[in-house]
Amino acid sequence: MSSRTIISCLQEAKRVAIFGGTHGNEMSGITLVNMWIQNSVEIERDGLVSKPFISNPRAVEKCTRYIDTDLNRAFTPENLSAPDVEGLPYEIQRAKEINRMFGPKGSSDAYDVIFDLHNTTSNMGSTLILESSTDFFNLQMVHYIKKAMAPHTCSVLLNEHPQLKYSTTRSVAKHPIGLEVGPQPQGVLRSNVFESMRTILKHALDFLELFNSGVEFPPCTVDVFRIQERMDYPRDTNGNITAMVHPHLQDCDWEPLNRGDPMFLTFDGRTILYEGANTVYPTFINEAAYYEKQQAFVTTCREILAANAIRKASNVFS
Amino acid sequence: MALAFLPALARMAVCGGTHGNELSGVYVVQEMERQRKEKGADTWPIPITTLLSNPQAVKECRRYIDTDMNRCFNRATLSSPIADSSAYEVRCAQELNNLLGPKGSTDATDMICDLHNTTSNMGLTLIHYTSNDWVTLHICKYLQTKITKVPVRVLVLDFPISDAYNLESVSKHGFTIEVGPQPHGVVRADIYIVMKEAVDLTIDWIHKFNSGMVFEGGDVEAFKFIKSVDYPRDPETRSLTAAIHPQLQDKDFCLLKRGDPLFFTFSGETVKYEEDETLHPFFINEAAYYEKASCVKDDPGLVIEAGKEGRDAAPAVLWPLRLDRACTN
Repeated sequence: MSSRTIISCLQEAKRVAIFGGTHGNEMSGITLVNMWIQNSVEIERDGLVSKPFISNPRAVEKCTRYIDTDLNRAFTPENLSAPDVEGLPYEIQRAKEINRMFGPKGSSDAYDVIFDLHNTTSNMGSTLILESSTDFFNLQMVHYIKKAMAPHTCSVLLNEHPQLKYSTTRSVAKHPIGLEVGPQPQGVLRSNVFESMRTILKHALDFLELFNSGVEFPPCTVDVFRIQERMDYPRDTNGNITAMVHPHLQDCDWEPLNRGDPMFLTFDGRTILYEGANTVYPTFINEAAYYEKQQAFVTTCREILAANAIRKASNVFS
Repeated sequence: MALAFLPALARMAVCGGTHGNELSGVYVVQEMERQRKEKGADTWPIPITTLLSNPQAVKECRRYIDTDMNRCFNRATLSSPIADSSAYEVRCAQELNNLLGPKGSTDATDMICDLHNTTSNMGLTLIHYTSNDWVTLHICKYLQTKITKVPVRVLVLDFPISDAYNLESVSKHGFTIEVGPQPHGVVRADIYIVMKEAVDLTIDWIHKFNSGMVFEGGDVEAFKFIKSVDYPRDPETRSLTAAIHPQLQDKDFCLLKRGDPLFFTFSGETVKYEEDETLHPFFINEAAYYEKASCVKDDPGLVIEAGKEGRDAAPAVLWPLRLDRACTN
C-alpha cells in the first residue's frame, strides 16, 4: 500500500453565488446572470443553492465599468466598516450591501463560493483567477475544470502578491474564484466568449455537486501563473502614454517574454525592449481598463501548486 | 477619356477623438502635433489643422458626454440656438463649424480626415457621405493601391450634404478613416500604424495633386449603405436573446446569402438570413451601436449594417483628375 494520503475534510459548499456585472461593460457575465435570473434551470444542482446576482446594477445600466469607483477594488476593511453616510461613493455603498448579503467577509456566515464573471480586452482566453495558493478546495475545483475543458485551454492566474493583490467583490466568500474570458471589447457580446464562460461555470457547478455528494478528489497539482510585477506604459511628465504595447507582444498573453524582446513601440516608431533578467510570462496585455491603473501588462512566473486530497466533512464533525 | 480639372487643396484638418474612446486618432493627432513642434511649420506640404474634436470625452475616455458628436453636423443642429441646457457636443460642433466651415460655404476647409476606430473587423474603411466627390474618391483609390497590410474598402452613405451629420461633411472634400478591430479605450500598435499610414498617404496625394500630377481615372468599388439589422430581442424587456453567430463574427464585407447564419441564440438555435438579396454586412458587432438599437425607436439599430457592393451606386467610372492651375490662387 502506498504512503498515507492526507485527506482534507472540508465543509460542503451549499451556498454559491454567481456574480455578473461587477464591471458594467463586461457583457458575458451580465448576459449569463440576467438569463439565469429569468430561468435558473441550467445552474441548479443537487445539494446546493446557486444565486445569480448583478453586482453593480447602475454601472450595468449605463454600460460603464463603474459609476464612482471600481467595485472590484472596493472590498477593503476600511470601506466595509465605513459608516452609512450621505455622499458615500456608490460602489462603496454597494460593497457594504454585498458584504451584508453574501458575507460578512471572513466570517463563518459568508457564502461558500462566489464566481465572479469578467471579460478582458486582452487575449487571455479562458482564465481562472485565484487569490490563495493554499486553498485546496479551489485548487481542486480549478483542476477539475481544466480537465473538463480540455483540449480547450484554461489558464490559472494566481494573485497573492502583497502589494498587487486587491480586495475583490468575490473575496467576501470563503472560496472566491474569478472567471476572466477574453479577448472581448467592452460593451460587446461575442458568442464564442459567452459560450466559453457558460461552459466553465457548468463544469464548476458539476464539481460542487460531486463534492457535496461525498466524492473524494485525489491529491493533484495545478500549473499556475503567479503575478510578479505590474509594468506601466512609458509616460511623459504630464502622465500621457508615449508608447503602445509592441506588435510582437500584443496578443501574446502567457507566452514567454525574454530579455531583449520588444515590449513597447513609441508613436514615432522606436522599439523599447524588455530588460528584465529573467523570462517572464506577461498577461493582461493591453487591457482597456488598466490604462488608468498604470498597467500595460503584468508579469508572471510559472509555478506548480499542490493540493491535498479533499472530501466533504461528515456531519459528525461539521 | 475626359480629364477633370479641379482647384488645389489649400487647407486640411485631421481630427481625432470625435468619439473620445476611439484612441488611434487621439494618438495620431498627438504625434502630428509633436512632429509640428519638432520640425516647425513646414512639416507638411499644406497647412494642416490638427485637433481633438471632443476634448472632454477624450479626457474621460468615453464615446461622448451628452450626445454623439458625429451626429451633430447636420444643418438643423449647426444652426440651433445655444442655451445653458444645450448638449456639450452641440456646442463643440458649432465651434468646429466656425473653425473649419461654415459647412457648405466657399470658406470651408478643403479636406477633413476624421479618425475613428470600430470594434468590428473592418480593416481600413473610408467612409464618405456622397458618391459625387471626385477628389475624395481618387484619394480612396490611391489608398487602396498603396496600403497592403489590411483590406481597404470604400463605404458611401449617400446623404445630401445638408442632411449629412458627420464631422467631415463640414469640409468640401471630407471622409472618415475608420480602422478596426480595436476595443474602445485601447490603442493597438498595428491599428495605429495603419491609421497613421492612411493619413500620411492622404497628405501625400494632396501634395502630388497640388503639384500638377494627373491621376488616372478608372473604377472605384464602393459599398453603399442599404439598411441596418438589429439583434433578436425579448419583446418586453428589449434585452438581447442572441449574439452574432460565430460564423458571421469578424466577417465584415463578406457575402451574406439567404440561409447563412446570422445569430446564435442563448438557447442554442441558429437564426439565418432569410432575404433573397445578397448583401455585404459591415459594422458587425460594433460596441457603440447596441445603445442606438435600444433607445431610438424609429431607428432599428445599427448592430450590423448591411451594405451593397455598388458598381451602380458610386460612380462606375472615375474621371482622371488634375489640378486646375487657373484656380490655384
